[in-house]
Amino acid sequence: MVGVLIPGALQELAGGARRLDVEVPVDGTVGDVLVGLGVAHPALRRRLMDETGTVRAYVNVYVDGSDIRHGTGLATPVADGAVVHILASVAGG
Amino acid sequence: MASLLLAIGTRKGLWLARSDDERRTWSLDGPHFLMREVPAIAIDTRGTGPRLLVGVRSEHWGPTVMWSDDLGGSWHERDDGAIRFPADTGAALARVWQLQPDAAMRPGVVWAGCEPTSLWRSDDRGETFSLVRGLWDHPHRLEWTPGFGGAAVHSVLADPDSERLRVAMSTGGVYASDDGGTSWRAANHGISAYFLPNPHPEFGQCVHKIAADATGIGCLYAQNHHGVYRSDDAGKTWMPIEDGLPSNFGFTVLAHPTTPGTAWVVPLTADGERVPPGGRLRCYRTNDAGGNWNEVGSGLPDRCWVSVLRDAATVDDAEPTGVYLGTRDGCVYVSRDEGDSFSLVAAHLPDVLSIRAAGLG
Repeated sequence: MVGVLIPGALQELAGGARRLDVEVPVDGTVGDVLVGLGVAHPALRRRLMDETGTVRAYVNVYVDGSDIRHGTGLATPVADGAVVHILASVAGG
Repeated sequence: MASLLLAIGTRKGLWLARSDDERRTWSLDGPHFLMREVPAIAIDTRGTGPRLLVGVRSEHWGPTVMWSDDLGGSWHERDDGAIRFPADTGAALARVWQLQPDAAMRPGVVWAGCEPTSLWRSDDRGETFSLVRGLWDHPHRLEWTPGFGGAAVHSVLADPDSERLRVAMSTGGVYASDDGGTSWRAANHGISAYFLPNPHPEFGQCVHKIAADATGIGCLYAQNHHGVYRSDDAGKTWMPIEDGLPSNFGFTVLAHPTTPGTAWVVPLTADGERVPPGGRLRCYRTNDAGGNWNEVGSGLPDRCWVSVLRDAATVDDAEPTGVYLGTRDGCVYVSRDEGDSFSLVAAHLPDVLSIRAAGLG
């Protein structure tokens, strides 16, 4: 089980939850986590990834504190008990 | 006159203005979708009650289509998205640029023009859309290039009396279908693309907006990236109609909904000076399909150095026709006399991207 921390702006699409727990397979990845989120919360997934499965440019995803863009992106492994933190990047005007 | 609804889409949210006194005073409700841009609005009055349909886009969370059947009291969207590119396209929706209800005889049909350059059809009043493959698969598509704002279909015109469709895209130009969107051809003959090595290509023109005359889709107006044109054959050929204008640059063109030959443009100085000529924001109106233009718009500001974007202008369905302009400094103006004079509806909003107005029956 992996814990996913949902940013405040998207908690309405997560049924009001600040944190969702997602089952992932052994050798699971961040991609598995986000796809898993979308099973119960498709509108939430759509805010995080476009229809090609690409994480949106100003969405930052961390696994146990590390930015997946500095790792292997959606292929970044997530171990049982990991925390996936989703944050809006600092952008805009 | 019944209530009139004016929907104002801005870079940071949507506001809904209502008037119950012949458009003299307005109450303003908003923001809806705070911090999300609203570049596309439709007020669909064809059903039993009006439906508000909006294209909303967050810089962080992407684009979506939402609707309200209670005038903004509540908003709804498809969990899986109203507009989703099919997997085989490899594309992703970037922005909804245009939402256009079809004619009353096709009550469920709504068209969407989107970025990347694409046209979509809904048969359920905008809740779900299908990609119009005829345009997406057009061999020209790979040569359509983004304008400064992106690569998108930004204008959609549907003929109520036939299966004819006309769309405009930046850049690419005008495209025509006579079979409801199955097949398409470029329709730019006579429109200059002065910025290309060949200034008269089959396609590649930078059209900013097209509008259909009150007589129907057979007579079209186009505001181009330098160039104002009219077509009398549904887009097959175009002729310049810019004599009498202070500039042939601008973003928007409006056609009168019921009076043939009447249209409005809002000139800007030039490509390199995208501000009103001399800092005077004004409309120019023709009553003879572009044969002559008259400056109108008392009440619009002097010392104004902002532009009116392509969809930040609209007309309503009231009598006399109302004309509305929204500016990039967050002001919205209404004319109750077909452009002769304007008054302020709202100020200090974020920059206005789109406005639409309709009577509420």
